[in-house]
Amino acid sequence: MTTAVAEERETYLNAGHGVKSWLLTKDHKRIGLLYLFTITFFFFIGGVFATLIRLELLSPHGNLVSSETYNKLFTMHGVVMVFFFLIPSIPATLGNFFLPLMIGARDLAFPRINLLSWYLLVIGGLFAIFAMVAGGVDTGWTFYTPYSTSYSNTWVIATALGIFVAGFSSILTGLNFIVTVHRMRCPGMTWFRMPLFVWAHYATALIQVLGTPVLAVTLVLVLCERMFHIGIFDPALGGDPVLFQHLFWFYSHPAVYIMILPAMGVISELVSTFSRKAIFGYGFVAFSSVAIAVLGFLVWGHHLFVSGQSLFAGMVFSFLSYFVAIPSAIKVFNWTATLYKGSISYATPMLYAFGFIGLFTIGGLTGLFVACLGIDVHVTDTYFVVAHFHYIMVGGAIMGYLGGLHYWWPKITGRMYPEGWAKLSALVIFLGFNLTFFPQFILGYLGMPRRYHVYPDEFQVLHVLSTAGASVLAVGYLMPLIYFMWSLKYGAIAGRNPWKATGLEWQTDSPPPVHNFDEIPIVTREAYDYSGTVGQEVQVG
Amino acid sequence: MSFRLFPVEASSISAEVDQLLFFLLAVAAFFTVVIFAAILFFAIRYRRRSDNELPRPIHGSIPLEIVWSVIPFGLSMVMFTWGASVFFRERRPPDNALPIYVVAKQWMWKLQHPEGQREINELHIPVGRPVKLTMTSEDVIHSFFVPAFRTKQDVVPGRYTTTWFTAIKPGKYHLFCAEYCGNNHSGMGGWIYVMEPQDYEAWLSGGTPGATLAENGQKLFENLACANCHKSDGTGRCPDLTGLFGKDVKLADGSTVKADEGYIRESILRPEAKIVAGYQPSMPTFQGLVTEEGVLQLIEYVKSLGPNPGAGQAEGLAAPGSR
Repeated sequence: MTTAVAEERETYLNAGHGVKSWLLTKDHKRIGLLYLFTITFFFFIGGVFATLIRLELLSPHGNLVSSETYNKLFTMHGVVMVFFFLIPSIPATLGNFFLPLMIGARDLAFPRINLLSWYLLVIGGLFAIFAMVAGGVDTGWTFYTPYSTSYSNTWVIATALGIFVAGFSSILTGLNFIVTVHRMRCPGMTWFRMPLFVWAHYATALIQVLGTPVLAVTLVLVLCERMFHIGIFDPALGGDPVLFQHLFWFYSHPAVYIMILPAMGVISELVSTFSRKAIFGYGFVAFSSVAIAVLGFLVWGHHLFVSGQSLFAGMVFSFLSYFVAIPSAIKVFNWTATLYKGSISYATPMLYAFGFIGLFTIGGLTGLFVACLGIDVHVTDTYFVVAHFHYIMVGGAIMGYLGGLHYWWPKITGRMYPEGWAKLSALVIFLGFNLTFFPQFILGYLGMPRRYHVYPDEFQVLHVLSTAGASVLAVGYLMPLIYFMWSLKYGAIAGRNPWKATGLEWQTDSPPPVHNFDEIPIVTREAYDYSGTVGQEVQVG
Repeated sequence: MSFRLFPVEASSISAEVDQLLFFLLAVAAFFTVVIFAAILFFAIRYRRRSDNELPRPIHGSIPLEIVWSVIPFGLSMVMFTWGASVFFRERRPPDNALPIYVVAKQWMWKLQHPEGQREINELHIPVGRPVKLTMTSEDVIHSFFVPAFRTKQDVVPGRYTTTWFTAIKPGKYHLFCAEYCGNNHSGMGGWIYVMEPQDYEAWLSGGTPGATLAENGQKLFENLACANCHKSDGTGRCPDLTGLFGKDVKLADGSTVKADEGYIRESILRPEAKIVAGYQPSMPTFQGLVTEEGVLQLIEYVKSLGPNPGAGQAEGLAAPGSR
């Protein structure tokens, strides 16, 4: 670099000052940080709701809050965590920040639309916050009709509008990613030289663009029925309540893959970097992302096995659901095989990657149980399902998110986080997570229904274990919040490539300059070729 | 307070579901152990010993990819087939099942026996005899869930859903509402009492319901003046209902429909929806004039008119899965 002292160099962080330079920025990196603040805020709001839920369930008699309040708590926990944290989490923060860097681009294809999509998330979030402050909503995040349209006396309209608006944020982000990947790759960056993180985000973007409009339409129909009594879902108005479930899950099952695919992309980066080896079966891992995105649209009916849907529809959806298991299994096996004869570092991001693979394996395998007709009849709408999807969405998506955040933190901020504290928090999160959610599998098979404020005494022991785990988990989540902030001032200077990783993002400065690269890179190697990044090579394996 | 890790098996299907569970658990445990052990072994065996290590790249293996795609696929097809076969048995009631009618509302279960007994949040049934539930809701979606029976079925307003079970063990079992239905969702529970046949007979004769379900239906039929048009000699303005239940009915638009519970319910509440061939759409709707329970009584009355009078469990009754 021409500048001698790191502090004097112009970076995306010091290129402009003042609130306006952030709120009107078109820099994908700054927008990524705006998203980071926003979703961190929502994560802790959702976390407060979760804490209250777990505290309430310490006792079977429902004596902490009223059932009205309890119903609002689990509804708002779900709404906030799904629509305002998990859906935007990795794509809008890490994806926004690193997708252009990883393909050697100076920004996303549509920087203004990128900023607009952040504003849409904020506006949607304000609707949701208004609904929460005004009195809350109690329909469950699933908004099942006719309860949501004709019976609930809570703030359904404001919440649904918030989700509707936030949905457009997701659509625009997806659109931006698709166009960027098609049009903005630097010279030499062929499709099969792209990092798997980019493949995963491409697949995610397809779901965002194709699936989210269906959710938007569904919410509009809910609003039409609720506000104008146009009969669509409520049988008393001539509607069909199960139609809502079909429409809702047509988006909301693929939405699970909006949450997990980007995490899988992160894990591919981590596993490769910290075993310093090309991903085993690159092509299989890349195409499995696309396969999951496509197959994800064909399985929504597995949420309706006991809804009154026909036997044969149930059979078809069960059959198709098992197809999704294969690309998921391919990923897990390939990550594991990548470790073989690698040079494996135990740095914090890798601990998260190990945690992800373990928890996603359990989450994915229990997916086989709920896809199985004979078993699902018993476990659907019980804590078994609650445990299953938390293994995927918390054990999977959040582990991937935190792993990625640690991995790229040096690039984002130019500083290292404190390694000891970070390892400890990864361990605390892993243990706390399992203690929280493993007992819920047992609870579910015993027959404990979900969304129960009061429950029979015989379930209490397992609920107490789960709450104990949740308090450990809460500590684990607070630790990174503190040491990340600490590191901004006191962390060691990171340098360009602290992990000796291969991605283009590691070839530019930390933090990167406004236009990412002083010179647009030219790619001559496949992804994950470490022969150029390790100085004094010691050949192993 | 009892603490257990596994639910009791109290229906004929429970053990089947549990065996299926154990198969899946075995497969899941196998893969979990393989993955965890491999990660642990590789992580230790190939730990980084110097910061400058550069392992030899390995790009993949087509045979391995095939192996770890085909084996999980084969296993998952076993799960699918086995699961679907259990599901089919779970969903298709035998012809001789004892019919029970369920109406759910926020937040209670209302149950009617064909002999006329009514219960709220409790259901008494004999051990060893199949019981078929025909269910609907007065308001939102509920779900009839008996963990000990491993069975669950949503109860949907505006239509009938059915489920069935054969209890194999006398006792008292939880009934839960499993579909979130508003404020007191978690309070919408009750108990299933499974009784020895002689105790059940005693329980049946203990209460004095006065009239059977079909008799109540007949009274309703007369009070609502249905008989003025639905004459039993075929001379009325509306079709004769004798021997109707379970038969195919020819409609004015040329199609045919099976006269099952859902068809009769619709014909009472939305008579204009399906007009029988040769008749005028002259019947008014009874929406609001008759409760869901009343509709069920009327259906039981129509059933009692044949094809085999008095028998809810007749051969022609709603063929399994025809709903």
